[in-house]
Amino acid sequence: MAATEREEGTERKPITKAEILPPIINLKPLNFFFDVNRAMSIWPITFGLACCAIEMMSVSMARFDIARFGAEVFRPSARQADLMMVTGTVSKKMAPALVRLYEQMPAPKYVMACGNCAISGGPFKFENQYGIVEGVDNLVPVDVYVPGCPPRPEAILEGVFAIQEKILGIRFWPRPEEIPSPLAEPKKPKAAPDKAESAKA
Amino acid sequence: MELTIANFVQIVIACLLIIALMVGNAVIMVYIERKAAGFIQRRPGPYEVGPRGTIQAICDSMKLLGKQLFIPGNVDWLLYFLAPVMAFLPVLLLFLPIPFGKYLVALKVDDGILLILAFAGLGVISNILAGWASNNKYGLLGAARAVAQSVAYEIPMIMALLAVVFMAGSLNLSEIVERQGTWPWQWNIVFQPLACFIYFVSLVGETNRAPFDLPEAESELTAGFHTEYSGMGFALFFLSEYANMLLVSFVCATFFLGGYKGPILDGFWWTFIKAYAVMCLIVWLRWTFPRVRFDQLLNINWKWLLPLSILNLWVTAIVLKFIE
Repeated sequence: MAATEREEGTERKPITKAEILPPIINLKPLNFFFDVNRAMSIWPITFGLACCAIEMMSVSMARFDIARFGAEVFRPSARQADLMMVTGTVSKKMAPALVRLYEQMPAPKYVMACGNCAISGGPFKFENQYGIVEGVDNLVPVDVYVPGCPPRPEAILEGVFAIQEKILGIRFWPRPEEIPSPLAEPKKPKAAPDKAESAKA
Repeated sequence: MELTIANFVQIVIACLLIIALMVGNAVIMVYIERKAAGFIQRRPGPYEVGPRGTIQAICDSMKLLGKQLFIPGNVDWLLYFLAPVMAFLPVLLLFLPIPFGKYLVALKVDDGILLILAFAGLGVISNILAGWASNNKYGLLGAARAVAQSVAYEIPMIMALLAVVFMAGSLNLSEIVERQGTWPWQWNIVFQPLACFIYFVSLVGETNRAPFDLPEAESELTAGFHTEYSGMGFALFFLSEYANMLLVSFVCATFFLGGYKGPILDGFWWTFIKAYAVMCLIVWLRWTFPRVRFDQLLNINWKWLLPLSILNLWVTAIVLKFIE
């Protein structure tokens, strides 16, 4: 099969904007209040596809601990989850299950494409490749792309912050470039650690 | 007890206070549970949302309030919406006869423990309704497990409580507390250690908590009976789970730990301290032990707890007869 030919049903469809009705009660402070709460409790669905899922597990455990930002409640049921971390290679066999899980999640829902495979197919993008979906954005709308092969747990945390920033327009936590690096000042190696890093203490 | 206006006002005020207690308890316990999980797994747990993560549970509940209301296809919608409410409402009634303090009792009845044990069964019905109505195979399997487990664990629980009732000679919860002394060695846990142990194990089984959380086992049943519930339905199930935990902890404190009596200054604070100590023990258990298999769960109950509780009851009765 030639690489340019796609199988039936996997053509890249034109992205259409969903029709969103204006809310009945549209008060700015109230919306902001709910948005803050949404941003502060992003519950991911227990869903891993490949090796990036190991990093997802790592980010929920000691050292990195996504629980600090209230996002450690991995819900097994899609009905109770907010965030779908697509961690790993999406094979064409897995694609229907992924789309079904996405459709089962109730409305304020976010998708994070973790790792190069989920972003673009990564190392599996070559001629005569037949089994891999090249980018999960062919299947579901993606909010945040986290590059890496696999991404570091810090990068996944940064992806969660990006989703929070997308919900709110505000970033609560300091940006990595704002934090003085301990390597820049060799005399004071312990000076000004990351707020998130120091939280472990 | 005849129903006068004063009694009616008292019960209404008590119900409002109990709702406040249930909601406050859920908020505090979610925080304690997640912090305890973090502590046991050597990570900080909720930290950044509010000072030391204290408003995390409030954020979660507000987010659940704002989630899409969802009705899956082919659902019995009346039962689907009734089930979370039914899980929540009977707990209100169950708190009424609990003696928080000497005079802090909402409903002084002579057979308080009978009332609690009779209406505690309604919680199981809500689980069946939730599993049945949501038209989901995992939901139905979880509901079936919840029924098998609750029915099994209710029996040793009642037997263990009955041994204490034999000693006190009364079903009145205030009376049972009055029979115990102020010091720890005068509490029923010293006279009835086996009953206390059996009660504690069945309490974990009754409230569907780990290691006996078979109805919600993630690895095999996604989320059990509340698989199809999103947003507030799920929040109500969560609320009732924590309220049930609190209730059984209060019963444990009343029956075995001397209720509102303590070494210094008797009062309702002792009931709360003891009940929350039991709650913390349950949380500790959850994050320490792995989940048991379903046959192991029923074997523990039918082969160990039930014969032991019957033996305990029998010995108690004989000893009481001889002391007479």
